[in-house]
Amino acid sequence: MDAGRGTGRTLYDKIVDAHVVRDLDGLGEEVLLYVDRSVLNEYTSPQAFTRLRAANRPVWRPRATLGVVDHVNSTAADRGALMPDEAGQTQTDYFARNSADFGIEKFDVLHPMQGIEHVVMPEMGLVQPGMVIAAGDSHTTTYGAFGALGFGIGTSDIEHYLATQTLVYRRLKNMRVRIDGRLGFGVVSKDLVMTLIREIGASGATGYAIEFAGQAIAALSVEARMTICNMAVECGARGALIAPDDKVFAAIEGKPRAPRGALWDQAVAYWRTLRSDEGARFDQEIALDASEIAPMVTWGTSPDQAAPISAYVPQPNGRADIARALDYMDLRPGAALADIPIQRAFIGSCTNARIEDLRQAAAVLRGRRVAAGVRAMIAPGSSAVRRQAEAEGLDRVFIAAGFEWRQSGCSMCLAMNDDVLAPGERCASSTNRNFEGRQGAGGRTHLMSPAMVAAAAVMGRLTDVRKLGARA
Amino acid sequence: MSFEPFIVREGLAAAMPVANVDTDVIMPKQFLKGIDRAGLDRGVFHGLRYDASGAPIADFIFNDSRWRAPRFLIVGPNFGCGSSREHAVWGLMQAGVSALIGTSFAGIFFDNCTRNGLLAICAAPNDVDALLARATEGPCAMRIDLPEQTIVAGDLKSRFEIEPGRKRALTSGLDAVGLTLEHRDAIAAFEAEHFARYPWIKP
Ligand code: SF4
Repeated sequence: MDAGRGTGRTLYDKIVDAHVVRDLDGLGEEVLLYVDRSVLNEYTSPQAFTRLRAANRPVWRPRATLGVVDHVNSTAADRGALMPDEAGQTQTDYFARNSADFGIEKFDVLHPMQGIEHVVMPEMGLVQPGMVIAAGDSHTTTYGAFGALGFGIGTSDIEHYLATQTLVYRRLKNMRVRIDGRLGFGVVSKDLVMTLIREIGASGATGYAIEFAGQAIAALSVEARMTICNMAVECGARGALIAPDDKVFAAIEGKPRAPRGALWDQAVAYWRTLRSDEGARFDQEIALDASEIAPMVTWGTSPDQAAPISAYVPQPNGRADIARALDYMDLRPGAALADIPIQRAFIGSCTNARIEDLRQAAAVLRGRRVAAGVRAMIAPGSSAVRRQAEAEGLDRVFIAAGFEWRQSGCSMCLAMNDDVLAPGERCASSTNRNFEGRQGAGGRTHLMSPAMVAAAAVMGRLTDVRKLGARA
Repeated sequence: MSFEPFIVREGLAAAMPVANVDTDVIMPKQFLKGIDRAGLDRGVFHGLRYDASGAPIADFIFNDSRWRAPRFLIVGPNFGCGSSREHAVWGLMQAGVSALIGTSFAGIFFDNCTRNGLLAICAAPNDVDALLARATEGPCAMRIDLPEQTIVAGDLKSRFEIEPGRKRALTSGLDAVGLTLEHRDAIAAFEAEHFARYPWIKP
């Protein structure tokens, strides 16, 4: 199976090879892939269960799956068990019935460990190096920060996974993105991945799994790596991996579902072998220099329509996609990005709402106030993140600055609950997608890091956070 | 049988040449609140089909009386990017779309198409350009033959590539879960070995 793959194997190929139940095409390209774990949410899973029920099929291994309510729930500070609308309630009711009937553990909205699925899974210690984790959400790539192969699947594949613990899987090509050099002051992993997406485009990694490597990646915390792997799907990657190191092992150790005792030692010994071989062949290699990267913002309606904050709204020069994006975004070519006024600011999502993100935002907001006319809110990535932030006093910083301190959920990342932009409203957002209508029909989204959102909220316009600086 | 096998289909093709059409645009979030697959034809391209007051936008292909319900769409690159929502595929099929032809599709969407019997064809860029030009002029009668891997639109005739596994799935329409469960013993044997080798993984 390694023929033609060079002298060594990539980390991606090692993980896939360790999960091949059957070779389906005789070439090792299409395989029946064993899946170690999954997480379910209330909006992409219902039709999968309906099919299982209709065919009278059980779930193969219920304990391999966790259910989390995150997409449709309220994030109001005083939320109760009920969903904001009837349709959302129907979905969570059915979710509850499905998890109970099929024996799947589920965190409902008031569970102390509730949160966005991709924040909750690592908090539980359910994401471990070398695992294959497939879930009904495209940002499952997040788990690559732990050296686990995570990827998103649709509802039919959720059904296939639940019934068989496997997926019919096509092997991807290998891409390595090497990022050396040091990130400058005020520049974070969000800027790194946004730069990559701009460089290679929204489909630059379609058909690939990306392995991130280099000094700048090694220097990042595991949370910062999660931001990168999370957004790798925005350039089309169906898998993003970073070879696990001691930081990863430390981030897993002691978590509720982490291995313990002798199993822990055995696991770590294996995890240390999880890296691409010397001489492994990558179909494509890309190099970036971290020291050249500046804080990024998007100006358009696709995540690759991005630029450093010091840049200007581009001229369409005959490109219909740019003209259309600028029309939707109501932006004038040649305008300075740092002059764009905002009405909303949102810190949240599985990309950037973990504790380090909140600390970075708080460092900007300490002693400052949200500008008049801006409505700003924070929806922590999980209920555990919310508690941690409160223990550190960050909630008081946010509230004093004029931010709404909300409960956890996807919230205005995709606005399936009651957190939405009004038509025409412009939002600085720490999320991952600036698609038309993503945060509300007619709403306009500018993606950026959480500290950049905080800076924009304070200034009332897109702002280079480096000009504000952090306050101790 | 989980869907109607795709063998030979004929119908009108329409052009949608925009790049990076994401699944939020194909199926906006207000249509994701169900627990079944029904009623999604109303949601397809909702923001492109209707204005803010709910009135149909006359020149959008799904409203244009010359097509009304195009059977085939010639699409721009990276069609179906973004969210994994399979509702996008269900909606397209409920609206009568049977095949998509473009140069590239986003990975999850591409798989979702196959699982439901919607044929997504990755065609050569010059073939897509020729079909786009033809379909932009007006309704374009087209015939897709999957076993032969050909697209015929008037005097335009092209061949496309497709992986054997996808072709088999699409032309058979068989229930993928059922097929995999025929190998349940292999899965169980794999699992036993997997847990013996990596015991901490066993949930
Ligand atoms: S936070 Fe946003 S991107 Fe992440 S799972 Fe929720 S909706 Fe999807």
